[in-house]
Amino acid sequence: MSFTEEQITRYSRHILLPEVGGKGQKKIARAKVFVVGAGGLGSPVALYLAAAGVGTIGLIDSDVVDRSNLQRQVLHHTPDVGRSKVQSAKEKIFLLNPDVNVETYEDRFTASNAMDYIAPYDVVIDGVDTFPAKFLINDACYFADKPLVHGGILRFEGRVFSIVPGQSACYRCIFQHPPPPGLVPSCQEAGIIGVVAGIIGTIQATEALKLILGIGDPLTDRILDFDARKTAFREIRTKRNPRCPLCGDHPDITELFEHEQEACQLQAPGALGLS
Amino acid sequence: MQITINGKPEEMQAGTVMDVLKQKDIDPHMVAVELNTQIVERDRLDTTNVQEGDKVEFLFYMGGGA
Repeated sequence: MSFTEEQITRYSRHILLPEVGGKGQKKIARAKVFVVGAGGLGSPVALYLAAAGVGTIGLIDSDVVDRSNLQRQVLHHTPDVGRSKVQSAKEKIFLLNPDVNVETYEDRFTASNAMDYIAPYDVVIDGVDTFPAKFLINDACYFADKPLVHGGILRFEGRVFSIVPGQSACYRCIFQHPPPPGLVPSCQEAGIIGVVAGIIGTIQATEALKLILGIGDPLTDRILDFDARKTAFREIRTKRNPRCPLCGDHPDITELFEHEQEACQLQAPGALGLS
Repeated sequence: MQITINGKPEEMQAGTVMDVLKQKDIDPHMVAVELNTQIVERDRLDTTNVQEGDKVEFLFYMGGGA
């Protein structure tokens, strides 16, 4: 593989970095990253990975763009309201960097298709907004032996960490199961300050690039929590849990399944205090 | 006893992890708890003691992303 003059110019600020160079940029160009969810986290992840020249970006999302997404889902613009998220995303990525091959899947990520979807990819990004989906991605990456960059956001806070299956703590090492339904609100119910999705998503993209390049210290066995109100990060050191129901010494999860979806309680417009 | 909770020193009555959760008014179903970098699963919260100088981290669930 060799780069054209245009590509050398496009990636020149990467190539200047001794840790990247032409060799690293080729690794990026050969890399395949799967992004589950083309929303708040998926937007910055996909845009920055596309700008970086990641060869293939896979995007799965079954939703259409809603006006209430635009406050944070920067892949989607006002005229995209009502359009498929993955189609909208594909167009923006092409405009940013036509070198990138974008594979789109207008589908739900489920226990029956998860393994097939992630199989061709090198790194997986969690950009989903439900606990069942977060646990499903974690489990699928463990069974498929794919590195995963987890992300979660709520209100003014966010969390990010990387998982190298069998080597570092997984999501279930920390949270064995989803919370009881109705106890922990979703962003839809509790709100999210849009920029937190950008902060956590760009860290996810950074970690994906580091995993691709094999440089630096990955965000494994360390959970990074961010609080926008304090502009403070908290790093929680952790390690694999021998009692983890998935990757522990005596696992009781031996195949993919989906936790039941929490009941989605939509707030009446009056509850927002706007009407 | 003095322990460190989420990086901050706090004075707590001696007891189990569950006692600390109660003193902090935290529902155990809403958090993962780490004691000195080791996860304490929910079924061991009321049998695991917290000692002077221990480091406790509460990790609240964060399920958003879209």
